Amino acid sequence: MQTSTVILVLFALCCVSFAVGRFRSRAVGQQAGGIHLLHSLPHHYGYLSAMIAALPALLVLLVWMLLEGRFIEGRVIAGLPADVQALSESRLGLYYNQIIAYAAGGIDASTLSEPQLAAAEQYNALKSESGWLKLALVVVVAVTGSLLVLGRIKPDLRARNHVENIWTWMLFGCSFIAVLTTLGIVLSVLFEAVRFFRLIPATDFLFGLQWSPQIAIRADQVGASGSFGFIPLLVGTLLISFVAMLIAVPVGLMSAIYLSEYASKQFRAITKPILEILAGVPTVVYGFFAALTVAPFIRELGESLGLTVASESALAAGLVMGIMIIPFVMSLSDDIINAVPDSMREASLGLGATMNETIRKVLIPAALPGIVGGILLAVSRAIGETMIVVMAAGLSAKLTVNPLEAVTTITVQIVTLLVGDQEFDSPKTLAAFALGLVLFFVTLLLNVVALYVVRRYREQYE
Amino acid sequence: MQGNDDMNQMKTADAAVPEEARGLDIHAHADVSNYETTGDPLLDNPKMSARNVNVYYGEKHAIMDVSLDIGGNEVIAMIGPSGCGKSTFLRCLNRMNDTIPICRVKGDIQLDGEDIYHSRQDTVLLRARVGMVFQKPNPFPKSIYENVAYGPRIHGLAHNKIEMDEIVENSLRRASLWEEVKDVLDKPGTGLSGGQQQRLCIARAIAVSPEVILMDEPCSALDPIATARIEELIDELKERFTIAIVTHSMQQAARVSQRTAYFHLGKLIEVGQTKQIFTNPQHELTENYITGRFG
Repeated sequence: MQTSTVILVLFALCCVSFAVGRFRSRAVGQQAGGIHLLHSLPHHYGYLSAMIAALPALLVLLVWMLLEGRFIEGRVIAGLPADVQALSESRLGLYYNQIIAYAAGGIDASTLSEPQLAAAEQYNALKSESGWLKLALVVVVAVTGSLLVLGRIKPDLRARNHVENIWTWMLFGCSFIAVLTTLGIVLSVLFEAVRFFRLIPATDFLFGLQWSPQIAIRADQVGASGSFGFIPLLVGTLLISFVAMLIAVPVGLMSAIYLSEYASKQFRAITKPILEILAGVPTVVYGFFAALTVAPFIRELGESLGLTVASESALAAGLVMGIMIIPFVMSLSDDIINAVPDSMREASLGLGATMNETIRKVLIPAALPGIVGGILLAVSRAIGETMIVVMAAGLSAKLTVNPLEAVTTITVQIVTLLVGDQEFDSPKTLAAFALGLVLFFVTLLLNVVALYVVRRYREQYE
Repeated sequence: MQGNDDMNQMKTADAAVPEEARGLDIHAHADVSNYETTGDPLLDNPKMSARNVNVYYGEKHAIMDVSLDIGGNEVIAMIGPSGCGKSTFLRCLNRMNDTIPICRVKGDIQLDGEDIYHSRQDTVLLRARVGMVFQKPNPFPKSIYENVAYGPRIHGLAHNKIEMDEIVENSLRRASLWEEVKDVLDKPGTGLSGGQQQRLCIARAIAVSPEVILMDEPCSALDPIATARIEELIDELKERFTIAIVTHSMQQAARVSQRTAYFHLGKLIEVGQTKQIFTNPQHELTENYITGRFG
């Protein structure tokens, strides 16, 4: 019995429960002397009985599904010969996986031993038994819930309030899922990073000036020493993000001011979507634009000025990243500036201020929190951006602040560390998680700083 | 006749409106001085004078051929039912209507004999001379001090901190707000009560030493006590300034003004001494409005 079937059955039960609840509340209302005597409208009673039928049943289903696998595994293993049960945990796991694979029809019988085949049969039997039990349990829970509500439908049952409460809890549950997911991601990165820090001291990682994560597989290989100092990566990341913000903030902010304060309605209606298309261009396209067009152009320009420019430079990557970010800064700032009430503009203009003075002294300060928020979002994007830097910034982890040289970033290194076949317990691979953790904290720090700036300097308009 | 400085447009360039559609030669209308306004809209030696002013919002003809003089150091009240054009007329007097793209103003408006819609007229200077207080208190989200100092700063009226302090104190005193805020000058102006906010806006307007102050229903968002304070203030301010006030409250017009102008559906119906308008209106529409038959 598939879970999807169970859910379909449950849905059907809910519909029936809703219909019966509504019908019954009407009947009860009529009996009491008219529907208007009911505390809530008939459909509230319907919703209540449907919700009470569905939610506990869904919970039971969820718990069943979580425990089912483990329970069946225990039963099957208990039925295996004693010598198999004595195997080490990982060997036993492998043995059991073969059973499941065969039971699911993934592999053919020739590779399996006699007890495995028997176990697979037992597994299938248990699985189907569990499916039926699951269905029965869900139906029983749903029908019980529904009957409980139906039995209590009286004119003074406050169905509307109960429905509101359940609804609030459902919304809370959904937002809780988002929080849980974030927590899960952070924890999974954290645990891997802790494994990395067991192999490489945290101080080496945080303060080391050398990044070359190659670790020799055999002792006689060259470059056997892996060094995991992440400072060059951090500097490279910040350098490229800085170049990007140098482009994106002035251009984005000023175009936002033009669009919201000076441009005509028609111009704005056409220009804003066009600029927002920039945000829809896949970053990989920006990547080859940076690598094939901008980087060579900058190199030639630099050479004509007598400068040495690497063919993959932080400047090229930063420039293109800046272009990519412009629409973010622009679109967010534009919305924020537009949200400043017209009464502020009138007050300033009425005192004889020019449009320019009004923008600089009234609108921008009033819109500052939103603008900083927009810029912060853009910085986070810049720091997390991968494709452009992979293609245009290079891989050499050089510690420099010269934007004409090739640098590498945290995200680029995470990609190179995890691409291809990897052992998941070598420091090289685990370093990716440590980098991810650091990236997370850098972004978090930026958020905190920006929050402080916004609180400190905000001018709140009513 | 029509100036079109790019700095005085709020949302969008209204350069698309042809020049000839905006300006209008006064001499073409020299004979129609006030063919339907009852009373005495014209004065000898006025501070501001409007002649044959027509205002259009797109296709809508919002003000029709209004001629009205505003005398020096008087309080003139403009009353009338909603949508009668009194606010629109007020906003013509310092060219705040320039900020509305679809609005066109025709006619002739003078301040001390100078055409304020002349192409060489600088709206920055005009608005420094003709200040404005709005319906809803709109202090900047800055400190009380900075709110008042804003105007003097952009016009360069103070040369150092001491002079600026003086301007701020004097303006707040004249707006009778000083005693309440002298210890909290660095607190945000938006944290004051509604009535205090409006007095702050008045202080902000008089900080640039205007000659005329336009008030667009300055008390409509205030409670009766705050309203009474503003009305007292208006009475004091008329010693130094010319004040034109738009109001929905006839009692307020009767209390604060010397002259009253009654607008109806874009036309200026009657102008006269306030006492006479409220006791002995000449025009039927005025009488109906005063006696509360509509409004």
